[in-house]
Amino acid sequence: MQLTIKHAEDGDSASARTAPAQYAIQTRRLNIHYGSFHAVKEIDLSFQKNRITAIIGPSGCGKSTVLRSLNRMNELLPGTATSGEVLYHGRNIYDPKVDPVEVRRRIGMVFQKPNPFPKSIYENIAWGARINGFRGDMDELIEGSLRAAALWDEVRDKLSQNALRLSGGQQQRLCIARSIAIEPDIILMDEPASALDPIATLKIEELMTELARKYTIIIVTHNMQQASRISDFTAFLMVDEGRTGFLVEFAPTEELFVKPRDKRTEDYISGRFG
Amino acid sequence: MNQAAPTAFAPHIERRQKLGALWKLLFLLSTLVGIIALAALLLTVINDSFGLVALQYEVDPASLGRDGRPLERLEPDELREILTARLSSGLIRRLESEKPLAERSREQLYDLAVERVAKLQVIESWSLAQSLLSRGEIRRWLEENHPEALLKFRSWVSWRFLVQPQASLPEKAGVRTALLGSLWMILIVVVVAFPLGVGAAIYLEEYARENVFTRILQVNIYNLAGVPSIIYGILGLAVFVRLLARLTSGALFGGGDPATANGRTILSAGLTLAALVLPLIIINSQEAIRAVPQSLRYSSYALGGTKWQTIWHHVLPGSFDRILTGTILAVSRAIGETAPLVVVGASTFVTLNPTSIFSKFTTLPIQIYQWTARPQAEFRNVAAAAIIVLLVLLLAMNTAAILLRDRIGRRRREG
Amino acid sequence: MHKKLRLGELVIQLTLLLFGVLSILITAGIVLTLGEESLRFFASGEISAWKFFTAAKWQPAIGEFGILPLASATLMTSLIAMLIAAPLGLFVAVYLSEYANPRVRAVLKPILEVLAGIPTVVYGYFALTFITPLLRSVFGENVVSIYNTASAGIAIGILILPLIASMSEDALGAVPRSLKEAAFALGATKLETSLAVVVPAGISGVVAAFIVGLSRAIGETMIVALAAGAGSALTLNPFRSAETMTGYIVRISGGDLGYDTVDYNSIFAIGIVLFLITLVLNIISRRIVRRFQEVYE
Repeated sequence: MQLTIKHAEDGDSASARTAPAQYAIQTRRLNIHYGSFHAVKEIDLSFQKNRITAIIGPSGCGKSTVLRSLNRMNELLPGTATSGEVLYHGRNIYDPKVDPVEVRRRIGMVFQKPNPFPKSIYENIAWGARINGFRGDMDELIEGSLRAAALWDEVRDKLSQNALRLSGGQQQRLCIARSIAIEPDIILMDEPASALDPIATLKIEELMTELARKYTIIIVTHNMQQASRISDFTAFLMVDEGRTGFLVEFAPTEELFVKPRDKRTEDYISGRFG
Repeated sequence: MNQAAPTAFAPHIERRQKLGALWKLLFLLSTLVGIIALAALLLTVINDSFGLVALQYEVDPASLGRDGRPLERLEPDELREILTARLSSGLIRRLESEKPLAERSREQLYDLAVERVAKLQVIESWSLAQSLLSRGEIRRWLEENHPEALLKFRSWVSWRFLVQPQASLPEKAGVRTALLGSLWMILIVVVVAFPLGVGAAIYLEEYARENVFTRILQVNIYNLAGVPSIIYGILGLAVFVRLLARLTSGALFGGGDPATANGRTILSAGLTLAALVLPLIIINSQEAIRAVPQSLRYSSYALGGTKWQTIWHHVLPGSFDRILTGTILAVSRAIGETAPLVVVGASTFVTLNPTSIFSKFTTLPIQIYQWTARPQAEFRNVAAAAIIVLLVLLLAMNTAAILLRDRIGRRRREG
Repeated sequence: MHKKLRLGELVIQLTLLLFGVLSILITAGIVLTLGEESLRFFASGEISAWKFFTAAKWQPAIGEFGILPLASATLMTSLIAMLIAAPLGLFVAVYLSEYANPRVRAVLKPILEVLAGIPTVVYGYFALTFITPLLRSVFGENVVSIYNTASAGIAIGILILPLIASMSEDALGAVPRSLKEAAFALGATKLETSLAVVVPAGISGVVAAFIVGLSRAIGETMIVALAAGAGSALTLNPFRSAETMTGYIVRISGGDLGYDTVDYNSIFAIGIVLFLITLVLNIISRRIVRRFQEVYE
């Protein structure tokens, strides 16, 4: 199995990657229960700013659960209990005084299956901006967001068309545009390309690399090649006998894929299970 | 990337959350409206079903006693004497034709004497709230205006209420005939609509192919389910009462009562309600049958079962609990129907129990309608009492439906 | 033996088919009797179809057969009912679908079902003995007459509230969770998600619910028979009495009716109007629901 190794790109010097860590968001001793089921335990992760961090692991190991805890989306499921801390700019977002609405405004999310609103392309982006009190030029914002999502050229003359008529890949890029329009800090992506064809997938991956310049990207993926292709850091999760997920290894992607420290990691990436 | 001003966004999260809390309150209050309405309805009914009444005799029963014996201790012969002496000949004839005085028991004769001769009447009634809160005022008012009257607390819902027939005096009125009429109605509706409805549902779900005819059939059933009940009444009037008068009045079978020769019988009413309820049973049964997994049918076919065997031994047992529940609910809907029966010709005054399906009829809701429409205040009380009886009946049926469904469902699941 | 089984099966199939066809018979019965008797009504020479629909007086005794007063009374009671039941029903649906936790739902839904199961004659009683006195004490006894369309309208509104609420709730509940998540992920509050995403996504189901409620209100009989009044009157004042189409049918047929009198036939004429109106409404509502289902498939 060929692993592609991420090389340093132009303008992205090795020193930048090992510069003093600035964490966009961290988890400390994160435990999540769905009712009586212990979904993930003792997750300690630190996600660097302006980097792409991938979370990989076999199905059911809690990758999505961890991702959704980063912007308190897991609360939408009744019966979810979260303990531990998730520190964003040094503050625990699970502090009772913190409003989840505020958290989600700054930490956006793109989902596995594209879910644009059944409205026009324009409205999809404008709505999010409007409820967050956008005061500027809406047209400019729409265009900017669509450009940043590499979708502008394809939809510029059909902004009033219903978003559901776009192709899957286009819809997903629209969802990305929708998220970045409100200027988040971090963008969480839950298997964003798994429902798309290879060409659309490639476009999304290119987009992610571009977006990382401005945002912090955290992506869950079951596609190891994808993780090794685009991410700077990778976290590997597994389940124990009680089906509770836990963190096995977290390292810069190169290290994890080429010289994993844990045997279980090595087994996984060489395809011996999962 | 569009480098906007430091931030062009002013999320005003707190304000939006406050607005959200306000609307949440509005939504919650909307649900409370329904609860309050229900409570108000039940309380109104209860309020009118119990209360103080002022009773007064037109003729003092003490004056009817003989040899120092009060009225209630007199022998049947003596009571008969009093009755024949005091009542009009016309009334005597009517009573005789209903049931000869000679055959009536002492209790019945005594009741007659009290009702017709002494005429214990309710001259005034009060609601429960008034009875509890303004008892003193009521007593005073009574002393001033009707010093001989007795003040008693009366529950308008009572055993007597259930077994007495309709009467022109509200305090004597009962729902016996109406209750029996309703029960007859349930019987006819179940006997007619249940097999027809389930059968039609089986046809549509198991046999019918996807063609124009089937679609027409299906759409037709959905449309019928939405037709106002009074239209079914008109249908019943024109078809069952008028067109099929010979059948529904019993003339065809040689039976029947000249009073109902026009076809305004229990049978007509029952058939009308059955037609009303039929689409509901069909739709419900269809859903129940559809819920049976295909794998069950396939296993049966794979063992060589015919279509009907599959249906009878597998599909029906698998959907029976839902079918039953739905039928009971549909029937309880039929029990509460008034408009179609008024149109079909419910009798306004029936004192005798229905003897067959070719008899005149009245039902609980019809009785409630008639009593509510009367201006005298006391009829409000009996109407409320009848409503309680009806609601209890409905409650019993719905509870039975839920219990049956759970029991059958559980027995099937646990084998 | 094979052949015998087959024959048996065929017989059963035919029998069941007949049962199904029975439903068509019922519809045919309705249409035919209504149609035939109405024709007889219009053919009796006493009234022309044009005048029937446009004349403003309904007094069969003196040969006046304008349906407008009856129709306007029906419209008024239905409108008042919808003014209450439509917004409240939608709000209840939003609450049950978006806000209520399972325990609250377990209490509220049965209550709504109970409300829906109470016979209409009981609502009529309620309108007459509670709502009317209430209105009279609030607005004054000389403003509100004992029989009035407002009382009836309010009672009908309470009657159809659970119907609209439960149909709307089904529609809102069918909105995919992914849409709601998309909204929340953009930093929307629950209110914003409910009103700007969920309700619009489920709007066809909600509109269908409204139409079904309206159809039910139009066909309602006992409440208006008891509370709205007898004797037709063309009036826009909800505090006055006015007889609706259904009220008229019940009153006339409840009395002693000679067949083939103009009165008797007029029932059918009104009946067919009622039938057609509710039929059209129900068809429209089902079509809307079908289109709504297609969006999500």
